[in-house]
Amino acid sequence: MPDLAIADLHAAYAGRTVLGGVSLNVASGDVVGMIGPSGSGKSTLLRVLVGLLPPVSGLVTLDGATVDYRRKADVRALRDRLAIVFQQYNLFQNMTALENVMVAPVRIRGRPRTEVRAEAIDLLSRVGLSERMNAYPDQLSGGQQQRVAIARALALKPEILLLDEVTSALDPELVGDVLDVIRGLAAAGMTMLIVSHEMSFIRDVASRVVMMADGSIVEEGRPAEFFREPQTERARAFVGRIRWHRD
Amino acid sequence: MPHGVIEQIPRFLTWYNAAFLLRAASFTLALSAVGSVVGILAGGAIAVLRRTRGWALAPLRGLGTLYVELFRRIPFLVTLLLVFYATQLGGYDMPLFAIGAIAVSLISTAYLAEIVRAGLASVHPNQWHSAAVANFSFMQTLRLVVIPQAWSVVLPPAFGFFIMFLKDTALASQVGVVELTYAGKTLNNRGFAPVLTFGAVLLLYFAMSYPLTLLGRRLEVLVARPRHR
Repeated sequence: MPDLAIADLHAAYAGRTVLGGVSLNVASGDVVGMIGPSGSGKSTLLRVLVGLLPPVSGLVTLDGATVDYRRKADVRALRDRLAIVFQQYNLFQNMTALENVMVAPVRIRGRPRTEVRAEAIDLLSRVGLSERMNAYPDQLSGGQQQRVAIARALALKPEILLLDEVTSALDPELVGDVLDVIRGLAAAGMTMLIVSHEMSFIRDVASRVVMMADGSIVEEGRPAEFFREPQTERARAFVGRIRWHRD
Repeated sequence: MPHGVIEQIPRFLTWYNAAFLLRAASFTLALSAVGSVVGILAGGAIAVLRRTRGWALAPLRGLGTLYVELFRRIPFLVTLLLVFYATQLGGYDMPLFAIGAIAVSLISTAYLAEIVRAGLASVHPNQWHSAAVANFSFMQTLRLVVIPQAWSVVLPPAFGFFIMFLKDTALASQVGVVELTYAGKTLNNRGFAPVLTFGAVLLLYFAMSYPLTLLGRRLEVLVARPRHR
């Protein structure tokens, strides 16, 4: 069972502090919705967690074991358990949808091709893409690419799935399909950290809301309470500006 | 065409002259082939080396950059003479063809390193990130993700370079390699009209470079994969 603990995490990018002491615990089955204004450090936190940006200081433990981001072996072990889906999907442009989903399990983890292929076909069907498995990324719409990216992350059988503004780059009419997929994952008990600007989605799907501003967590709580009665001034100002809509 | 030239044609079209020119053409082709193969392998290796991170390889990266920047700025003829005199000075009795091949390889490595570098740089950084978070190693990322996408950017200038190169090997005649241009000159010196000798040389250069152009186009179509960015 994954139990991710983040304690006093600091990170800097291009000489600027982007995370100024973030502490957060994620238990198995949690769906943590990360919200906050642009540039508040939500996406940065996910990038630090998967080792794309080394932290300056702080402690990350997974099931009680400390992750040392300077050690390649630690980062590799961590990445075997965490998967991330990016805002810009980042599919491998030289591979079809199916190849995108299959490549890491087969070539990196060395699992049997036929077995992975069956799983990949199943995953792509689950995200509604059984008809488009042999299409290349640039032959797919943004929403379709993002669903392939989710299937690709799930093919790694992660214990925790990180979703980095996965609907921000999509046309409004394509957002719904992607959110439906994530809702399904939450219902199935997947542990997730979701960075999103889709407030009504976060309110519906998250078990916990974490609001960040200026590289720190300003408030966290249960969605219903957080959105109805934010405790801090900062959160009140943010929630007050939300225009609610049903997706 | 002057009267003398037409009279010369039967005398020019002998097996001996044909064999002489074809042999020279084969040297031109061999020099270019050596240059291209060594260039793409060594140049590719330098381009990959320059993409590495970390302190351990920093000195090698520096050397690679220095090499590329240096040899792209030295005229081919100067490189050729440097290799020629360096081997003389070192007391090596090296065949002229080997000297030509070394000089050609030194230059082509530098140019192709730059062409491959540009190709690798054309692949969006997010492709590296996606690979990294799925635990691809540096070489796995290159092999499975980056190089397949870089080909379509590398091939057109690479083939442009190969073709330019085929012609530039003519300079190897300066150290005495009997390649195609030198052979034309020799026949000219034997009294054949320039229009015959260099006309034949022109045709042979074309016969060698045009298939190369076609091959380049063919490969471009073959490696053309949908690319989004």
